[in-house]
Amino acid sequence: MAKIDVSIETNDLPAPPPKHPNTCPSCHSHYRDDELERSLWVCGHCGHHFAMRARDRIACLADPGSFVEEAADLHSEDPLGFFDLRPYTERLAEAEMSTGLADAIVIGQATLDGRQTELAVMDFAFMGGSMGSVVGEKLSRACDSAAERGVPLIAVTSSGGARMQEGILSLMQLPKTVCAVEDLHDAGQAMIVVMTHPTTAGVLASFASLGDVLLAEPGALIAFTGPRVVQQTTREKLPDDFGLAEQNLRFGHLDAIVPRPELRPTLSRLLRLLDAPQ
Amino acid sequence: MPPSEHELRLRERLSRLKSLPLLGGAKLSGELERLQRQLERIAAEPTDEEIWRSVQLARHEQRPYTLDYAERLLDDWFELHGDRGLADDGAMVIGLGKLGGRTVTLVGQQKGRDIQERTRRQFGMPYPEGYRKAIRAFELAERLRTPVVSLVDTPGAYPGVAAEQHGQGGAIARSQAAMARLTVPTVACVIGEGGSGGAVAIALADRVLMQENAIYSVISPEGCAAILWRDAGQAQKAAAAFKPDARHCLELGVIDGIVPEPEGGAHTDHDEAARLLGESLREALDELDGVPGEELRRRRRARFRSLGVYA
Repeated sequence: MAKIDVSIETNDLPAPPPKHPNTCPSCHSHYRDDELERSLWVCGHCGHHFAMRARDRIACLADPGSFVEEAADLHSEDPLGFFDLRPYTERLAEAEMSTGLADAIVIGQATLDGRQTELAVMDFAFMGGSMGSVVGEKLSRACDSAAERGVPLIAVTSSGGARMQEGILSLMQLPKTVCAVEDLHDAGQAMIVVMTHPTTAGVLASFASLGDVLLAEPGALIAFTGPRVVQQTTREKLPDDFGLAEQNLRFGHLDAIVPRPELRPTLSRLLRLLDAPQ
Repeated sequence: MPPSEHELRLRERLSRLKSLPLLGGAKLSGELERLQRQLERIAAEPTDEEIWRSVQLARHEQRPYTLDYAERLLDDWFELHGDRGLADDGAMVIGLGKLGGRTVTLVGQQKGRDIQERTRRQFGMPYPEGYRKAIRAFELAERLRTPVVSLVDTPGAYPGVAAEQHGQGGAIARSQAAMARLTVPTVACVIGEGGSGGAVAIALADRVLMQENAIYSVISPEGCAAILWRDAGQAQKAAAAFKPDARHCLELGVIDGIVPEPEGGAHTDHDEAARLLGESLREALDELDGVPGEELRRRRRARFRSLGVYA
């Protein structure tokens, strides 16, 4: 069988990274840190949405001082003793050092314009936002916390897919998070998903697609299989907007594309419509 | 394969302990037992070569596919077609049949034998239409109150432009969600390749089994090697690292049991392979008999929600 299935992977991004993280990859405008922070990491010139760290995202969505983090101390283990070019444990330690996070997701309680909600925010900077046991467990706990408190869950995704270094257990996080979302739905609560660049493979093929309302940021890659792999395996000619949020909206896979400055007011409206408790 | 250094060290300690004159009594025999168990575990652990052999057998061209089993295992097998929306995906087979006297709904991925059939069935890689066809079967089973038997055999979901446009990720997620909602007994068995999301889409079952030489993995060995070693030729090394074989899956709690195959692999004797598979499927369904539907669903979700290793 010559076909290669690379549907779940972590480094399947369309563009090579820019030379400097503060340089816009589409129009090459350059910004100081404080300029980017003030503009919510959106290029003032062309509207490109830079990647946003989980803590920054929470700071700009939650009412000041309202965020109470949950399950902050969960850490990944190395069930397979996985070793590729470097040991998995070393990659984990390095990611923790460079991001200041225990894994690729932060969850907790918050209010947004006074309405109670549960937040689950992924961080692409931690091993490509890949979903291993900790991401699966924390997303599941966020579902339970939302169900117990009777509040909606807002999940902000950013992930290359399952974390290969955890082998089959990373694949099992797909059914695991699906079951958790089903439990949330059975408890009568809604989930709003905000897909940011990139939301691909295992995360798209599990909890992210099960949101009651699906939003995306402009230009985000939202695909089960990324463009490079589709091109390599099928040699098909790819449309210009292949896998982007705009194409997904056109084909009926999203409810709306929301530019970052409008995200908070949009979520606030939805929480009002869902009668989230005050 | 020569014994590893670790194994040699253990053997040496064991023989030293055994040769000691009896002095410690119970304490010493406890230590002996512990070492013996460790050694047995090492001996039972598949070697890298055995893992690679499983990868090759799981993909063997003569390996029985879903329809081979349907014809041999199910009386009155009646195939159903189409997703009632857009297409009839040849990579996903659904239908009704009688397994040991009870009507079951069968869902399974299907590869092809010759080049025409392989093309028609996309080498067993379903489109979103295939997963919608599976969802249709799950909903049918729920209405008819029949158990679901799903046979997993796919390198992965189809990676193409149209598949993405038709919502591949969402279809896989919703297929799992449909299984998570069922209140009828469900048994899944990986009969060949259990390739990533495309496989787990129809494997959220009460009992998950694997044939002896099947593989179940988050990514193909070639894909893993291409990404982590930047060389698809390192597939054997990758397989040894992420351990997609049945014994490792059982050890990690991902599957509940291993279905034996005829000596030499399922491809050597389709009838015998079907007999052994049928036995395991019936046994699993018998175990689930009489459990109330709500309880089945609660346990199924609890089972999957417990998977993962963290501190």
